[in-house]
Amino acid sequence: MPAGASAGGAVAVAAESSVATRMSAPPSFDVADFPVPHGREEEWRFTPLDRLRGLHDGTAVPGGTIKVEVEAPDGVTVTPVGRDDPRVGRAGAPVDRVAAQAFSSFEKATVISVPKEAVLKEPVRVALHGEGGVTFGHTVFEIGAFAEVVLVLDHTGDTVRSANVEFLVGDGAKLTVVSVQDWDDTAVHCSQHSALVGRDASFKSVVVTFGGDVVRIHPRVAYAGPGGEAELYGVYFTDNGQHQEHRLLVDHNAPNCRSNVAYKGALQGADAHAVWIGDVVIRTSATGTDTYELNRNLVLTDGARVDSVPNLEIETGEIAGAGHASATGRFEDEQLFYLMARGIPADEARRLVVRGFFAELVQQIGVPDVEERLIAKLEAELEASIA
Amino acid sequence: MATLEIHDLHVSVETETGSTEILRGVDLTVKQGETHAIMGPNGSGKSTLAYSLAGHPKYTVTGGTVTLDGEDVLEMSVDERARAGVFLAMQYPVEVPGVSVSNFLRTSATAIRGEAPKLRTWVKEVKEAMQRLEMDPAFAERNVNEGFSGGEKKRHEILQLELLKPRIAILDETDSGLDIDALRIVSEGVNRLREGGEVGTLLITHYTRILRYIKPDHVHVFAGGRIVESAGPELADKLEAEGYEQYTKGGAS
Repeated sequence: MPAGASAGGAVAVAAESSVATRMSAPPSFDVADFPVPHGREEEWRFTPLDRLRGLHDGTAVPGGTIKVEVEAPDGVTVTPVGRDDPRVGRAGAPVDRVAAQAFSSFEKATVISVPKEAVLKEPVRVALHGEGGVTFGHTVFEIGAFAEVVLVLDHTGDTVRSANVEFLVGDGAKLTVVSVQDWDDTAVHCSQHSALVGRDASFKSVVVTFGGDVVRIHPRVAYAGPGGEAELYGVYFTDNGQHQEHRLLVDHNAPNCRSNVAYKGALQGADAHAVWIGDVVIRTSATGTDTYELNRNLVLTDGARVDSVPNLEIETGEIAGAGHASATGRFEDEQLFYLMARGIPADEARRLVVRGFFAELVQQIGVPDVEERLIAKLEAELEASIA
Repeated sequence: MATLEIHDLHVSVETETGSTEILRGVDLTVKQGETHAIMGPNGSGKSTLAYSLAGHPKYTVTGGTVTLDGEDVLEMSVDERARAGVFLAMQYPVEVPGVSVSNFLRTSATAIRGEAPKLRTWVKEVKEAMQRLEMDPAFAERNVNEGFSGGEKKRHEILQLELLKPRIAILDETDSGLDIDALRIVSEGVNRLREGGEVGTLLITHYTRILRYIKPDHVHVFAGGRIVESAGPELADKLEAEGYEQYTKGGAS
């Protein structure tokens, strides 16, 4: 389908305003700098505020528990620190009130450091299991120069949580982050993922969202020097009643950097709502930039809604390339007919098509157990839709 | 002995302006081992006949019967028809992104045969069938119909035909858009299946060109939503010389 096309849902077109002017307040570490949102602000207009359980207006009182398990290979350090630690907040300040609330409310931040030049054979795994109640958090991953790391962030259980994550990717380092939101269907999770990509460094983020009542994630990238590369991939499966929102920003603030964004989602069931915002800014200084962003949605049943807003702001003409595409398609009856005309039963045909839709992104993960779990999860979601 | 019997078939399609009848009483019997060419001008309804037999949801059967060895085909779902032995080689097969040809072929062979083919013999079977159709082995790893040329799509359809071995093969304008080499290769594929004597073939075409490679036993002229003339292969020669004008002008519908 052509860019901006829509079926079974609505697709919004990028607003005329710039990324900066569309925010109701400039980024800040202090929650008091943000007015309580009423829902008509550009950054809140798709989000059901009444389901945020008070994360947005100060009425969410911390007191919940979340079990955290860190599996870190030798040489990796895990250190609790205060707000005053220079690494905390270095990749970027909170961009909305909920993220600022997390920053103002967490007790201790955690810094997980990988020394320079360390090439880790096993992933660093951080598993968070919500045990109910409101929680706030802040985690900084500091990847030393030329280190190579795979990081898996796993979210399960029930919680009402706002937590920010920072990735400080050293010069020449390679970081792959897989963040899996596999929450119970009651959970609320808001998180700002801010990456600061060093000179000639590579940052790959794979965001996988299945669970939760409301999940709202801001994957953001800025560059600390020239030659950096960012790949931002996402897979979501939005069911009945779920709200899953991914708001991306790639800030090309340095020359000769690359970024590639690809998010794909499937939706099924009444009131399933997926939101994808893809902002890319190419600043005057960012000559030689090469960027592309893509969002595709597959609407499996009636009643689901997609808002997909790609937005590209270019302040210099001296770039290698810039483009975006967004498309939302209904599950294609012609594909189903073709497969069934070859004897394949309807439910199996549907599985093939959906699996195929996600295949290229699943292959990007590069962590076999996460890939397998994702495929199993997709199968289970589809099973539920067929039943 | 497989026999497809179409009796007084009426089919409509829903459009914005209401329901339009496209097939207006088709009668045709195709027996195992026979090849029937259905020829007709554009818009005569011959592709509608093909898709209706396969069960495409766009078409509504409003009257008549279709049976395969006495079984009611119209009662069957699309996949049941395929498993009963009806195969439609499509004129415009759709892309299925992310699904490789090899996965697709194996999934459909498993469905049609009722059990998964043994891996080793299957790989060999596919490889040989692809060689006969002069297809690059790398083709198996491409996504179904994604970025295929017109010729590649048709070869892929005939590859499926050879592997799935239907009882009734319906070829919907398989010749259209093919150059002469591709037409020969595709026709040879159809002929290999016909040589087995176990398939009844319904060859739908606008042009007589393909009939030089695939010799029909019967030729039918389709106009205005039904068969208006039936004869032996000599009818194709007459159409080659005179065209369809006499069928479209005189109000054959």
